[in-house]
Parts: sequence; structure tokens; C-alpha cells
Amino acid sequence: MSEAAANQASESYLSRGWRLRDWLFTTDHKRVAWLYTVSITAFFFLGGLAALVIRLELITPEGDVVSADAYNQLFTIHGVVMVWFFLIPSIPNTLGNFLLPLMVGAKDLAFPKLNIISWYIYTIGGVFTIAAVITSGVDTGWTFYTPYSTQYADRAVVAALTGVFVVGFSSILTGINFIVTTHKMRAPGLTWFRLPLFVWANYATSLVMVLATPVLSATLILLILERMLGIGIFDPALGGDPILFQHLFWFYSHPAVYIMILPGMGVVSELITCFSRKTVFGYHGMAISILAITVFGFLVWGHHMFVSGQSLYAGLMFSFFTFLVALPSAIKTFNWTATLYKGKLIFSAVMIYALSFVGLFTIGGFTGIFLASLAVDVHVHDTYFVVAHFHYIMVGGMVTAYLGGLHFWWPKMTGRMYPEIWAKVAALALFIGFNLTFFPQYLMGYAGMPRRYQTYPEDFQILHVMSSLGAGVLAIGYLLPLVYLLWSLRWGKRAPPNPWRAAGLEWRTDSPPPKHNFLEPQTVTGPPYDYDTIDNK
Amino acid sequence: MNDEVAPYLPEVEKGLHLIPTQATEHAGQLDHLYFALVGASAIILLMVVGLIAFFGFRYRAGNKAADRSNLPSTRTENRVEIAVLAAMLVAFMGFFAWATTLYLDSYRGPEPAMTIDVIGKQWMWKIQHPDGTREINAIHVPVDEVIRLRVTSQDVIHSFFVPAFRLKRDVVPGTEKTAWFKATEPGEYRLFCAEYCGSFHSRMLGKVVVMDRGDYQAWLTRQGSGQTLASAGKQLFQAHGCSGCHMGKSNARAPSLDGLYGRSVALDSGEVILADEAYIRDSILQPDKHIAAGYEPIMPSFAGQLSEEDILRIVTYIKSLQPGDWVKESVKENEGESR
Repeated sequence: MSEAAANQASESYLSRGWRLRDWLFTTDHKRVAWLYTVSITAFFFLGGLAALVIRLELITPEGDVVSADAYNQLFTIHGVVMVWFFLIPSIPNTLGNFLLPLMVGAKDLAFPKLNIISWYIYTIGGVFTIAAVITSGVDTGWTFYTPYSTQYADRAVVAALTGVFVVGFSSILTGINFIVTTHKMRAPGLTWFRLPLFVWANYATSLVMVLATPVLSATLILLILERMLGIGIFDPALGGDPILFQHLFWFYSHPAVYIMILPGMGVVSELITCFSRKTVFGYHGMAISILAITVFGFLVWGHHMFVSGQSLYAGLMFSFFTFLVALPSAIKTFNWTATLYKGKLIFSAVMIYALSFVGLFTIGGFTGIFLASLAVDVHVHDTYFVVAHFHYIMVGGMVTAYLGGLHFWWPKMTGRMYPEIWAKVAALALFIGFNLTFFPQYLMGYAGMPRRYQTYPEDFQILHVMSSLGAGVLAIGYLLPLVYLLWSLRWGKRAPPNPWRAAGLEWRTDSPPPKHNFLEPQTVTGPPYDYDTIDNK
Repeated sequence: MNDEVAPYLPEVEKGLHLIPTQATEHAGQLDHLYFALVGASAIILLMVVGLIAFFGFRYRAGNKAADRSNLPSTRTENRVEIAVLAAMLVAFMGFFAWATTLYLDSYRGPEPAMTIDVIGKQWMWKIQHPDGTREINAIHVPVDEVIRLRVTSQDVIHSFFVPAFRLKRDVVPGTEKTAWFKATEPGEYRLFCAEYCGSFHSRMLGKVVVMDRGDYQAWLTRQGSGQTLASAGKQLFQAHGCSGCHMGKSNARAPSLDGLYGRSVALDSGEVILADEAYIRDSILQPDKHIAAGYEPIMPSFAGQLSEEDILRIVTYIKSLQPGDWVKESVKENEGESR
């Protein structure tokens, strides 16, 4: 190899190619990860803006900020955007896209072109859906329950459904890409039980994406057929069954919850081990738990329907499996805590994010047990208790893990360090703001406050005001990283290849990595998280 | 008492109650389960947070003195995991059994003293009592009586939610669900719609008024309803021409319906079906679904022609018919003619 060629090979993936087409037609998984990061950040702040207006409206019991219809449209936008255009792609398509090939020691994903196509599908589908929802004012909620969505909602429901249908394909393509990469492109010596838990988590997530998303696609097609051609599938007036829609919808949407949380679990395992300078407690148990959640996750969809009128015995089975699916999550929480035992703990901003995750996920998990308990669910179903529960998992869990991961791998992705002190302030603002926003919602839920209410009895006002104040603090926790991370791109300190002295193949290469990730082929000779060896070098 | 009465906001007990008023026995039982869950989760959460704090202090990187030798072996780790798993499994199965028992009890009620119809409609609750009294957004019931509700919807899915009873039941169009409660405390309790149903979902409110026996009787008398549900159903049965085929001498075209309820019916397909409320309802709206053996499928569907209240009235009428009622009636009519 000539010297010039060698220099070019060792150049970072960011050093050349700054024309628009170098980004829009790239097949480099690291650049596609950035495209995704920009898209999901835009969607996140759009969905967050909708949430802020909702919280503003709920400061008073009367409907005084927006109209009743506008309120319903706002929570529809918030749900659709956050679930499909932020949470589902968040960790897999940004951190996963960037890190999966690096972590297995590969040059790229198995299908680089499929990867960029999946970004186009996602972004175009996403923008189309948002345009349809906003311009026509779709107000069905993200759940599209029939017969409201097919016969009563007088809006561009079909357009919105088409958008979500299209975006589903981007999930499927990403899933296939990750599965094949994990199976076929691991470096020599990187056996399944030497994989970082982040890879396990993304692998399991991909399985769910590939197996569950087609069911959603089929369901949306049925909905479109009923709405456009009047074929009776879900509408009782046409001889259909509205409960059938709920079964099909949740058959996808419950496993989708695991699409949203499993990658977060993977991230946290990486962060806690690094800042405890120790291997994870019970590695095999952690990996097997991920698979157990994936399998049991497919058997619990009916727990969304305990008061819908499904058979009592079906309800009983779904409740039973829901208790079972909580067991592997409990093991994971226990193991994260036990990993701290006899470690050398460093309370960096990243560690604060990771430990926040453990605390918030525990609360979210336990309230999940409340909801799995049939008789309790009858009372709190469709109240703010449920709203609080899934936000503890999705926001307290997933978003916290995402931000923690983004900080942890930021030096690797950009080659720059972020200001640690500001990152700590943001992590604490997030933890405090989050609890202030969502803990009162548990209380008002058991007290009987139904969800999706624009107006409410004034008894609940004090709790709503607390929640809205918390949302303000939470917004600071999200805006701060946006500011200082962008700042660091230009003014941040240059990052060494491995600023955290972390284990994992991704830290063996430069920050930012060269175009083809590694200059030398990588081999793996030991277990993951071997911090003893690293620290005793 | 007509449909145009404006929905009004209930005047119920004011003030924030983190544990809502317990107005049924079930409410108290459920709260016990809730407290047990809160207690168990609080203990475990404190353990997790406590361990994080303790380890965080003890094993902070700056603390060089901490003993970090003798890390647990993989074998020990597996044993600890299995112990945690077993402990959680036992606790979970305990809660599963407790919650499931309460749930099944809350569905399979005792013999009801009366059945009240609840029809959800964007954005109001329509109520009809067995004696024909109708209300909107309020249900008056006597205390200490088992009340059975027949709930259905005229349009989209709603959900009947009374926090003080810890009772919630989705109100699904095209099907009839039942719920029951036995209020133990007189008072007014909030009724919410819990399933999102469109523009004014948050204004679909009502109240359940639980009254002493005497007050309830007085209230009922003041309503002065003209007609019971069954007799209103009978009028509809005649007005819609049902009686033309089902009654009298022409029952070669359609089966007689007196004494039908609760009987087994042989179907054309060879199946045998129990004639319950769902069967009667289906036969009105989708007559082709179950065809009685020996009859032609000539009955037209009445879907779209009858409101949910009317369907419930007709069902109540058919349910009320005893075997031989129609024969007796025609004998009486004949006697009248011959005089």
C-alpha cells in the first residue's frame, strides 16, 4: 500500500466528503447513524412541543388554552411521533447503527444500501404522516381504535395510516440488517457469549421488529380497506368486531414496547460496567433475560384489554404471562445493582444517567405489576396511572438510556468531549424534572383521573400543576444537551481513542473511527467487560 | 326525561382523595390489594435505592480502603440469581392469585335485584330503568341492592367508570356487556367515560346517586313513568311488524317467541344454541347468523332501524314472555270477539 493510500485509509469518516450528496447517498453505517440522529431529534422536539402545550392546557381544570379538538389532535401528534418516529428507531437506528458493526469488529452492516434505504423510508414516511396528521387534524390517538377511526373520525386517517405503514418497512429492514450482521460478521473469537449486552439487546430488538411489524402492517391495511371500501372487519355496523382490532393492534404494539426498552437495557449494561470498572454481574443471566423478555413479550398483548370485554379466561392467561415477563426484568435490575458491588465507582454524568435509569425503570416495572393484577387494572385502566407507568418505562427508562448512551459514545462518534459539568446538571435536571412530572400522575390515576381529558374536576388541579411544573424542568434537561453537545462539535476538547478506558472493540479504534472502522482486522480472545485486565495493564 | 336534556356536571363530593371513597365492599377489598402492592414495591425500591447508595459510597473510586477482593464466582452469581428469581416468582404468584380472585368475583355477581340499561352515546350516558324511567348522565339506585347493568354503545367505544365502586367496563357498540355493583353508602359518585371517544370525551360525565330505600321509592314515584321496559318493547314489537310473522296463526313463517328465553334452540345448521340475550339481539340485527331449524331465512335485518334503547326494550319484552303467553293472549282476544 502506498503511503498516500494508507493515510487515506486512516482518515476519520468525517474528515472528507462534506458535499450534500456525500451524506444523502452514503452507505457508511456511521453516517447513516447521523442522518437518523438528526431526524429523530427533530421528531423528538416536535413531539415534546405537543406535550408542552398539553401540560400547559392541563394547568387549569377548564379548557382554556386550546379547543377540545385541538387538544385531541395534540395528544395524537405526541403519541404518533414519540412512539413511531422517536422511541422505536431511537437507540437501534442511531447508537445501534453506529456501534453494532464496531462492536462486532466489522467494516459495516451486512447490507449498507438497505441501511440508507431504510432511512429514506423512515424519513419520508415520517414527514408524510406528520403532514397528514397536522394538516387534517387526525384526532384518533396513536392507537387508532375502531370504530372511531374508521367511521367517526372525519380526518385524513387513511393518509396517516399509510405513513405509519410505510415507516414499518424501515423497522423491518433495520431488523434484518442487524440480525444478519450479528450472525455473520462477528470478528474471529467473538462468540455469542462474548458479545457485549448492547449487541444482544439490539439483536433481540431486531427479532421483534421483523416478527411483529408485519402484523401492524396487515392491521393497518385492513383498517384502510374498511374505511375506504366499507368492508366490515372491525365496525359492528358492518358486521365486524371492534375488539378484533385491539387484538391485532396490541399483538404488534405490546412487543413494540420491548423494541423501545430492550436497547435501553443494553446501553445501561455498557455504562454501568465501565463506570464500575467491573464485569457485569451474571452475564449469562443478563443475555438469557433479554431473550426471555423477547419470547414472553409476544404472549402478553391482551393485558391492554382487561376491561374491553375479552373472555375472562383469556384475561387470566394474559395476566399470568405478564407476571412472568416481569421476572427477567427483575433479574436485570438486580444484576445492575449487584454489578456495583466491589466496583470502583465513578459518578460521571454518564453514570448518573445509568443509575437514574435503574431507579426509574424499577418504579415503572413495579407499577407494571400493579397493572398486571387484574382487579387493580380494572380500576386504573385508562387513567393517569397507566400514563405514568409507561412514561416511567419509555421516558424514564428509554430516553434516559438514550441520552446516557449518547454521552458515553459521543467522543467516539464525533471525536470531541462534551463539558462534563453541564452534562451532570442536565442529567440531574432530567431525573428531578421527570419524577416531578410523572409521579403525581400515579396518584391522580388511582384517585380516578381518566386519561385523554382536556378538562377535569378541579380536585385534581394541584397534582396537574405539579406535573406541568415538572415538565418545565424536564424540558431544560432535554434542551441543555442539545446546546452543549452542538457546542462541543466545534469547541469541545479532542477525544482520545478511549477516553473512558472502556472495554469493547469500538474503543480499539480512533475517535472518530476511520471510514472502514478498523485499520487492522480484529480478533477477540476473552470475555466482554474485562475491566480487571484493562485497569491492571 | 327526554333526550334533549342538556348534560349537566354532577355535584359530587369535593376535594382530592388519593384513595377514592369506598362505596362498595369491592372497593375496600381492592384497596387492600393496592396497599399490599404499594408496600411490597416500596420495600424493594428502597432496597434497590439503598444498595445503590450504599455501594456508591462504599465502593466509590476514591475509597482505596474498601475491600474489593473475593468477587463472587459465576456459580455464586447463578445461585443468587435463582434465589432472587424464586423469591419474586412466589411473590408474583401470590399477587396473581389475589388479584385474579377479586377480578373473577367482580365479574360473576350474585343474583341482581334489578337490571338497569346504560347506553353510551357521543357524549352522554343514557339510562333506562326496568319500569321505563329514563335518565341522562345520572343513575339513581337504591343502597344495599345488587344492581346489574346492561351496557352498550350507540356509536363508538366508551367506558363506564365509577372510581368509588372501582368499577370499569368498556361500552362496545354491537355487543351487550354486563356489570354489577352493590353500593353500601348512600351518596353521589362520579361517573366518567374512560375510553377516548372523540371531541368532548372529557365532558362525558355523569353521576351515580345511591339512595336509601325510602328515598329511592319516592324518587321513582316522582318520575311517574308511564310504561315498563317490557311493555314499551311489546309496542315496538308490533310497530315494526315483528308480530306479523312471529305471532298468531302465521307462525309457519317464523317461530313463536313466547318461552324462548333460556331455552335451547335447534338451528338449521344442526347446531343447538342457548337462547340468551346475545342470541335474541343477534337475531334482530343479523337474522342470517342463526337460522332456526325448519324456517326459511326470510327475516330482514333491523340493523340501523332501531336505537340501542329500542333493541334493549324488545329484548326485555321477549325475555319476559313465559311459555304459552301468546296462546293465552289469543284465547282472550277470541273470547272478546265472540262476546
